[in-house]
Amino acid sequence: MNPGEAENCREDMEIDGMPDGFNANYLKAYYGKVFPHSDIFKWMCYGHDGKHPGCDPTYLSRREFSFTLDNDIYLRFQSYTSAYELESSIKEKCPFKIDIGPVYSVNPAKRHAYAQTGDNVFTPVERELIFDIDITDYDDVRFCCSGADICLDCWPLMTVAIKVIDTALRDDFGFIHILWAYSGRRGVHCWVCDAKARRLSNEQRASIADYFRVYKGNENSNKKVSLVGPVLHPFLARSYTDVLRDFFEGKMLLSQNILSTEEKYEKILDMIPDESVAAELRGKWQEMRKAYGSKDDINVVRWEQLKSLLCSAKLKHIQGLRRCIEEIIFSFTYPRLDMEVSKHMNHLLKAPFCVHPKTGRVCVPIDPNNCEEFDPTAVPTLSQLLQELNMSGSRADMDDELDRTSLGRAVRYFRSSFLQPLLRSCKEEIESAYNSRLQQSKNNLSW
Amino acid sequence: MQSLGTRRVYHQNDAVSTLPLYRSAPPLEVRLEDFEAFAVDRLRVLKAISDGLSRGKKPEEMEKLVEELWKTHMKQPKLSEAGNKDVISHFVLRLVYCRTEDLRKWFLSMETMLFRYRFKLQSPEAQRALMADLDLPYKAVNTAEFESVKDKVSQVARSIVQPPPTEDAKFYKVPFEEVPELVASRRVYIHQGNAYVAMNQVVSLVVTQFRSFLSKALILTNRKWTSSIKEQEKDRLTPIVEELSTSYLGPDYSQPRESAEISLKDIDHLAKSSFPLCMRHLYEKLKEDHHLKHGGRMQLGLFLKGVGLNLDDALAFWRAEFSQKVGAERFDKEYAYNIRHNYGREGKRTDYTPFSCQKVISSTPGVGDHHGCPFRHFSEENLRAALGRMGVGNRGMDDIIDKVRNRHYQVACTLTFEAVHGSTCDAGINHPNQYFIDSQKVLQSKLLEYMSIKDAEETIILLANISNCEPAHHVKQKNF
Repeated sequence: MNPGEAENCREDMEIDGMPDGFNANYLKAYYGKVFPHSDIFKWMCYGHDGKHPGCDPTYLSRREFSFTLDNDIYLRFQSYTSAYELESSIKEKCPFKIDIGPVYSVNPAKRHAYAQTGDNVFTPVERELIFDIDITDYDDVRFCCSGADICLDCWPLMTVAIKVIDTALRDDFGFIHILWAYSGRRGVHCWVCDAKARRLSNEQRASIADYFRVYKGNENSNKKVSLVGPVLHPFLARSYTDVLRDFFEGKMLLSQNILSTEEKYEKILDMIPDESVAAELRGKWQEMRKAYGSKDDINVVRWEQLKSLLCSAKLKHIQGLRRCIEEIIFSFTYPRLDMEVSKHMNHLLKAPFCVHPKTGRVCVPIDPNNCEEFDPTAVPTLSQLLQELNMSGSRADMDDELDRTSLGRAVRYFRSSFLQPLLRSCKEEIESAYNSRLQQSKNNLSW
Repeated sequence: MQSLGTRRVYHQNDAVSTLPLYRSAPPLEVRLEDFEAFAVDRLRVLKAISDGLSRGKKPEEMEKLVEELWKTHMKQPKLSEAGNKDVISHFVLRLVYCRTEDLRKWFLSMETMLFRYRFKLQSPEAQRALMADLDLPYKAVNTAEFESVKDKVSQVARSIVQPPPTEDAKFYKVPFEEVPELVASRRVYIHQGNAYVAMNQVVSLVVTQFRSFLSKALILTNRKWTSSIKEQEKDRLTPIVEELSTSYLGPDYSQPRESAEISLKDIDHLAKSSFPLCMRHLYEKLKEDHHLKHGGRMQLGLFLKGVGLNLDDALAFWRAEFSQKVGAERFDKEYAYNIRHNYGREGKRTDYTPFSCQKVISSTPGVGDHHGCPFRHFSEENLRAALGRMGVGNRGMDDIIDKVRNRHYQVACTLTFEAVHGSTCDAGINHPNQYFIDSQKVLQSKLLEYMSIKDAEETIILLANISNCEPAHHVKQKNF
């Protein structure tokens, strides 16, 4: 559905007397007819669906789910032993938000029986490697919106983050089963579901988060990005040349008018290590202000001046000047991850296909290979989906219903690009683990 | 006994490592006096390492320190005796430090540090021998594969200011999760899940293995201790073991003392007079924004607990601020739980301990955060302004900034204390709560100098109710 159609839909809805928005009744219908229960169930089972003798029958029941109900009632440590239980619970409770937690050593509902022993037997044993990127962490470099708002001028920062992190997760770390999802309002989540990723310890997760960490700023520090060393690590260099530089120079400079006013360009001049160089640029730019009539965008012109000055031969002796250009670009565009989310196995994260209560938008998957085309302002909303269902009339076949809504494509993408390859690999692992256990016991029996 | 590590200890051959792996306890007879004495000597080494780390010593300095410490405390006239002392003291301390999670954590950190620097001091042959001993299943990269990654590996070397690898350089191909420190600091090239580790980085591999093994061993030791040893040895070893752990760690400020309570109305005044900069900054930001993010809430909240703020007052304190931003209802729903959690009234009921300087310094404040150590994270400009507001004059300021530039954050904080209070702090600041207590002591004793006895007595009792000091102690000392 493109923005034009969405616009019409909204108007129709008001005419038909079905108010736009988010409420418990809509949610009930959503969980009744649209939410992909069986896909989420299959995912969470990771192949342990009981169909193979090597399956672990306790696996699903050791996973924590957490529901946030109306009136901020919070239910933690929910667990389920079957698809039916999970689905009925969701339909009955109609949670405003579903969070997925780790797989524990024992069923979380029974944790109190274990909590008091010194050895801490109730503990997470598996958890996806997760990342959470929130656009409000970029509020100091986006000038079009602030707070919870997003638009097509600042959203590309998320696109850039996805490209940098996704490439590194696959090429550097060798992960395959990666799901990116829209958070429903102002960010993206990443779920790395490879077996190896799920078994990483907190320390290992922290090391990956630190590998990705470049931006270290907050309002108390001046320089938020410090790239030391004569050359960049291959990961940073690749991110720079493949993604960040072109995005900054080709898009962000213009869409955010980064050098257009004194207040804005002072922030950049602050990052230049040599005061006299900064002063020279300041002088040039103040001059420019007085009579700028060229057709070339002022941001681009100023940026070119900055680059040529910082790279000029006469200033080669000044330490860190050339590197400064990269630091500026990194500080504006490089992904800003929430470290705490990734470092701890027990951190909860919102499940894909939930509906965001403040926007009504569904947390749909994002295809990292086509993330530039993702438009958060065109993501299906709860009322829109229900409208679509109403208009299509009732049909017996669930899959058909799903297809008549704009969510159909999202669910099919989820299945074909993520779920099916993941389950295939899980089954292979279960089988081979089972076979090797069999082999071992045979070896033990032989004399 | 099959421990390879211990057998090695008896070799006189210098090329072979004298560094044991502590795989299993030696079947040696130990005299009771040695049992305690050896452990105390090793504890001196570990404590000095801990101090060195808190003072922000760089790796080269630590390496030298470890070498000296080992010579001073652990040498014996005969080589074989030194080896015995090494292994025996380690295993005794395992008993001492296996008993709680905090003790295990400290011991694990320090023993791993000790091992890391002793490993670095070994010859390359000895290092290779140890690696073989550990049975690490890592393959050296063959020439063909090396050719394919040579450019990237060289780039990484240059990025960390190391000489690029030569033609015959040895590299190990290792799953990335085995070398978390190298990954975290981007000191290795990673491709398809494998890290290419240079020979001189091999320390990391070995240390990770050592740490992982010791961590598991400590848990097992704890089980054995609780289930049998403690009772069996209650007249002989148990008292020694229990005494050893308390004598060297220093107070952790988790138990506020008897007359400990500070009341809500005192906090504002105390923040200005006795809070260290890190907590003062958090407090000011809280007053300004009526909000703090999680890291800040933890750091300040636990500090206040250590200072003596009880749970009810803590809830009132945070509610008074947060309700101005998010409303009392949201506070009760979203934040009160975590405060109770910090006091051990929820969840797994751990009574969290206030952060030490080492912990504060190693935090990583991000966007919107105000926790961590200001000496580490503030820009020079902001730091000068903040210190000025605390009352640090120009002379003291330059000394402090100089320490910060050299990354001696705790020394900088100590100098700040001295500048603000006009008195020396010989012990050095290791813990925010220590700063607070020392500050209160100084302020009280200053007060005493200018008052009549009666006034002094009354004031001391009042002040004693604010901080954790015993009134009688001070009165006795002064002669009016």
